[in-house]
Amino acid sequence: MQSSLPENLIKIENNLKSLTRTRSIYSFLSIAALIAVIYSGLIVAETGNATSIWVGLPKFFDYPVDLFVGSWEYGYRWNLLLLEYLPDLISTINMALFSTAMGTLLAFFLSIFSSRNLIKSKTTVLIFRRIMDICRSFPELVIALVLLYLLGKSALPAVIAIIIHTAGALGKLFSEAIENVDKNPIEGLESCGASWFTRIRFGVVTQALPLFLTYTILRFEINIRASTILGFVGAGGIGEQLYTNIQWKYEADTIAIMFLLVSTIIALDYLSSYWRKSLIGLKS
Amino acid sequence: MNRSEIIKNYSDIVVTKFSSKMWSTFLVLGIIVYLIIAILSLDILQIHKKWSPERASLFALDTYAHKDHVTMKWSEPDDIIISFEGSRWSQYVGPYQKSDGLPERYPEWTSIGPEGETKISFKNGGFANLYDDKVTIENWPDTKETLVFRLDEQGKPYVENVDNLPKWIRVTENKIEVRPSLYERVQVYSKKVEVHRYNLGWNYFWFDFDSPLEPYGIWNAISLSFSGDRVDPNISNFSLLIQEFLNNDMWHHGQILWALLETIFMALLGTLLAALLGFPLAFFAAYNVTPFKFVRTILRRLFDTLRGIDFLIWSLIFLRAFGPGPFTGIFAIAITDTGTLGKLMSEAIENTEEKQQEGVESTGANKTLQHRFGIIPQILPIFISQTLYYLESNTRGAVIIGAMGAGGIGLQLLGAINTGTSWENVMYMSLLILGVVIFMDTMSAKVRRALIGDETLGAELQLAKMAKK
Repeated sequence: MQSSLPENLIKIENNLKSLTRTRSIYSFLSIAALIAVIYSGLIVAETGNATSIWVGLPKFFDYPVDLFVGSWEYGYRWNLLLLEYLPDLISTINMALFSTAMGTLLAFFLSIFSSRNLIKSKTTVLIFRRIMDICRSFPELVIALVLLYLLGKSALPAVIAIIIHTAGALGKLFSEAIENVDKNPIEGLESCGASWFTRIRFGVVTQALPLFLTYTILRFEINIRASTILGFVGAGGIGEQLYTNIQWKYEADTIAIMFLLVSTIIALDYLSSYWRKSLIGLKS
Repeated sequence: MNRSEIIKNYSDIVVTKFSSKMWSTFLVLGIIVYLIIAILSLDILQIHKKWSPERASLFALDTYAHKDHVTMKWSEPDDIIISFEGSRWSQYVGPYQKSDGLPERYPEWTSIGPEGETKISFKNGGFANLYDDKVTIENWPDTKETLVFRLDEQGKPYVENVDNLPKWIRVTENKIEVRPSLYERVQVYSKKVEVHRYNLGWNYFWFDFDSPLEPYGIWNAISLSFSGDRVDPNISNFSLLIQEFLNNDMWHHGQILWALLETIFMALLGTLLAALLGFPLAFFAAYNVTPFKFVRTILRRLFDTLRGIDFLIWSLIFLRAFGPGPFTGIFAIAITDTGTLGKLMSEAIENTEEKQQEGVESTGANKTLQHRFGIIPQILPIFISQTLYYLESNTRGAVIIGAMGAGGIGLQLLGAINTGTSWENVMYMSLLILGVVIFMDTMSAKVRRALIGDETLGAELQLAKMAKK
């Protein structure tokens, strides 16, 4: 059979075979590496963990069951607890909203100075990028913990921490969006003598605004989670209430707060995906 | 055409409608009102009251400098204690008798003066002298005369020559504090005298105070490890070096590096598990792969629930089941991100082009092969870039879960901050976290670029682009 084929076809056939062989070796190696990572990781986890996985796994439902039983015993007044913790939820949302607004403002200025198509000086761009990298890399928790120690327990340290992180994270996305805008409008504005500010206002912002808003809404969602977590370490709001109630083992209160949190996050998730879709013109 | 004609003919382009003008005005007004309310309700204006520059600068100093303490009790002026950071376990010299002269291990900045007083020299050229019944400071900047501090009959400290005291000496009823700059400090109490002398840098970073290798320094210790003469006859120099470094009592390198490893594995394993679970499940939630609406709806709601119950709450649940440790973090991350990745990937699968699948079908391939060669090549770049993105953000998340009780570097950091004294350790751990996060960030960006070309835009935009096709 083979001998009847033309020579170049045999060549192709052999080439294909060797390629397939290399490919399967590669995929075998990567799967082996994956398994090695998972296995060694599980060993690290098993040594570091207080409870072994086989002891812990059956106990997975213990806590949820405890919570539900506790709130069942609490009785019909449970839904009043939702009202009781509503102000805390609002203060957490307030923290997130304010710090998102301020962070976005900062991110906007940072991003303009770190976009290569707006700033000619390479050093400026580099410096501002590094500033954003550092702001972004610190987890909010680290900044918040240090500030909480310095400023005392209040919402302020959390707000500052979230602003710093948001400025870094959004600034990077914003500057990527700015660098990817169509440069024709900017050149057009330049040709009729527009100043640097006018070029940014009408050439860049108009193009990148939908993307900016999309990222900002996503960030707001993330920041609500972040401000809840920061409440755990003393920033107030619903996070702190959750922490106290868990410590005191008030099951009904705990589950009421969890319910409020989860429903807020789910509602925001739907809202933000709706906004996002309408912003980039994908109403579905 | 004149102006009014243009306005008349093209009113829909040229003239801004009154209602839309009002809209933006109200929006701006609303934002301003909200910002005012927020600033008032969050106590932003009170920041200057809470912020104490003294405390902050002390804290900042402690992150990059260390201090030596010299303590003398008025009741036992003969016993002087010189210690590192005021710790009982790291005294250069225990209580020693002045009359016996300085013992062997004493810092080079202490000496015995002509009258048997202990002289402490500072970097500003001045001295603090501890006598049996008085403390003097001489040759300090801004003042040429020697200032003498003594105790009066009631045992309260006072300054002998009160005229023109420099500004940096604060005299209160029970205490005299001398602090010309951040780097030197003399405190005279009614019970004792405390002298703090600051030095730049992290001391005893490589080996702790009591380590046999401490006198050698790190470079000499490394070169020692290649030579035959053993410092400790029972153990080779190299293993001694490693052992002394990891068991450093002041910096806890071994403990901290292990905690860092735990955190990295939490992020890595959590993301891997999420990817392994979410990828196949996404196929069952996509309408162009799974024809059963029932299955799809259940999976969709499952993804929403997993994602909606925040990882904070998941980690609380797992914390109760597994106790503190990496498993809690791994499972909390894995469960949350299974939901997120599953949702994103099922949307990506639904947005793939049908033509490629049809092409594979036309060669007579069965359904499995169609999905393998028709869909997976299209979604693989998005899948990899998403997974890497989540790996990067989960590294930060793992630190947070750790601080809430799952262990790892987060818990170590929380502990160090709560002691309120070991700020240099806080700085060290923060820098380690920063390094790991930046490393993950750069690596994931590199891998992404190598795998899918120059992908600079965020994942969100990519999805939007795909959906537009």
